[in-house]
Amino acid sequence: MHSLVFIKQVPDAAQVRVDYETGTLIREGVPAIINPFDTHAIEAAVQIKDKFGGSVSVLCMGPPMADEALKKALAMGADNVFLLSDRVFAGSDTLATSYALWAGAQKVIQEVGPVDIFWAGKQAIDGDTAQTGPGIATRFDVPLVTYAVEIKEVDPQARKIKIVRLLEGGTETVEVPMPCLITTEETLNHIRFAPLPYLIKAARTPVVLLNSSNTTIDASQCGLKNSPTKVKKAFTPPKRERGEMIEGSLDEIVNTVYAKIEPMLKQLGKV
Amino acid sequence: MRKKDFDVVIVGAGPAGLAAGYVLAKAKVNVAIIERGTFPGSKNVMGGIFYRKALDDLMPDFYKEAPLERHIIEQKLWLISEDSVFSTGIRSEKFNKEPYNCFSVFRAKFDKWFAQKVQEAGALIINETVVKDPIVENGKVVGVRTDRPDGDLYCDCVIAADGVNSFLAKSLGLREKITPNKVAIAVKEIIGLPENVINDRFGVSNDSEGVTIEITGPYFEGMETMAFIYTNKNSVSIGVGTIIEDIIEHKVNPNDLIEKFKTHPSIAPLIAGGETKEYLAHMIPEGGYYAVPKLYTDGFMVTGDAAMLVNSVHREGSNLAIESGKLAARTYLEAREKGDFSAKSLSAYQTKMEESFVLKDLKMYRNLPHLLEEKRYLLTKYPQLIIDSMYNIYNVDGVSKPDKIKAIKERLKKDFGYWNLAKDMFTLWRKLG
Repeated sequence: MHSLVFIKQVPDAAQVRVDYETGTLIREGVPAIINPFDTHAIEAAVQIKDKFGGSVSVLCMGPPMADEALKKALAMGADNVFLLSDRVFAGSDTLATSYALWAGAQKVIQEVGPVDIFWAGKQAIDGDTAQTGPGIATRFDVPLVTYAVEIKEVDPQARKIKIVRLLEGGTETVEVPMPCLITTEETLNHIRFAPLPYLIKAARTPVVLLNSSNTTIDASQCGLKNSPTKVKKAFTPPKRERGEMIEGSLDEIVNTVYAKIEPMLKQLGKV
Repeated sequence: MRKKDFDVVIVGAGPAGLAAGYVLAKAKVNVAIIERGTFPGSKNVMGGIFYRKALDDLMPDFYKEAPLERHIIEQKLWLISEDSVFSTGIRSEKFNKEPYNCFSVFRAKFDKWFAQKVQEAGALIINETVVKDPIVENGKVVGVRTDRPDGDLYCDCVIAADGVNSFLAKSLGLREKITPNKVAIAVKEIIGLPENVINDRFGVSNDSEGVTIEITGPYFEGMETMAFIYTNKNSVSIGVGTIIEDIIEHKVNPNDLIEKFKTHPSIAPLIAGGETKEYLAHMIPEGGYYAVPKLYTDGFMVTGDAAMLVNSVHREGSNLAIESGKLAARTYLEAREKGDFSAKSLSAYQTKMEESFVLKDLKMYRNLPHLLEEKRYLLTKYPQLIIDSMYNIYNVDGVSKPDKIKAIKERLKKDFGYWNLAKDMFTLWRKLG
């Protein structure tokens, strides 16, 4: 079983502050982490490897410093890691990113072998779009299962996988043929405390660098220029003002409140 | 035959551990450095002055590419009371010429860079892993046990560079439990200020020249305290370090000490308008020469803060750490030639250290910690006398200079007595000389 996990490096949202004067995020000095949802995708892939053998590849698109995220993925039990990094990708929206990751994945398949399960986190905590994983599935033309909370059964012989996915107000169990793409919720699994041999292996395994020249990626489909999404404006919603506190005895409070809403009630013809 | 994972396991990726790792990796030794932080430097704290020499010997011209803040061209010592400062120091254009004497640094950046160099040399650095215990077989250290599953590592030799609280040195019985009179707690703030404001306030011409001020005196109420202000590029580091025993006796909170210090009339203008960007605290081993443990046992050597290698008089520590790491590594290389990692073989490390500036410097000040512990008034009464005398001499108030000198002499006689003064001077001269 060969899993390929798509991950993103994001600023640690817990430590990002907002500059209220400019409305932008203060990213300076904020540590970068693997998108938390993606870590569960890595763990799920490593659990499948533990049970059925095979290997786990991880592909990340980002600046050169994103190799730290891939080193971390190795320490979580991944076997081969690839960093897709090139200036031509800068500013890509979800459409361009899913294209680049799909094209980069071709290279991974070429190097490591065909993929049985593609994985991604359900969304990234910085953009919150939840579009890149599905975009990759569409390009590969494989079944897509989003919001996975449980891997129920894996049948490598029949090449089928049964997954419980989260819906609003309930869950749904689906069975899909492999290869497929699964996006993960945080409740899918608990991340293990990695054994020391993983960390030693991570320190010894190099990150493979991919760019527009050693892959078949068409640069005219990537980057800010070639992304149909245009950011018109970024702003911080105004802070909600604190509600008025009404104090006094019960009767006083009722009278005060009634006096305030009476005009509205009249307008509605209720009194 | 038991597996051997590495030739050497180094515990701690601070200056001592990284220096040892660098020397070993360069000699093609299979070496791993185990670090508890998320990356080397993430947990490392010091006042902020890094001396070039020890590392330059290992990595010539490192300062040309390392992430450093300012090279220091002026070093001042201030004695302060509630309302006055007596200032002395040295500023020299010789300090303003390459290869420079010392630099202000941010350890989180600097250690990360240093670790990168060590990795490039071939050492393996394993982060986020805590060493719980040494593995001892037949009285010999043969590895370490970490907190991770399958976390035992076997090796020829362990080098402890695990900092002031070194659990390794303690569990092997090399170190006693640290006592509050042998360790200081230092709290420090990084206060952001624009480059040009720092240049103006500290009297330097550009953002690569820096100034240090060490501050002590009666202001600290007889507590053995050394405060400091160091200039970085876009910030100043300001801190107060006090012997823990004094903190306990005076029932003060280290945080209150720095808050009060920041309001001193001569300190406040230096940091006015700045924004606190970081707050850090760290323990500093200040026991001096007599607190340094035996530095080796079978299959084991101890370096840096773990071996209490700090020269508090000269605020040197990281350079002592680097030197000790280097010497421990060289001792390992010699031991490997002989295939002998016994205590007898590794005792060469102790000899090398005794011959190096590290233990020679500490030996020179060996009696100072005890002296200051016994005679706290050396930190208050004499500095107060100096401050008051200077004030009186410089204050023109109609009293003749001979009368002023006479008054100072009378105060000396009354407050100290000539005999006690002579005794103190003699003791100081003997202990320091």
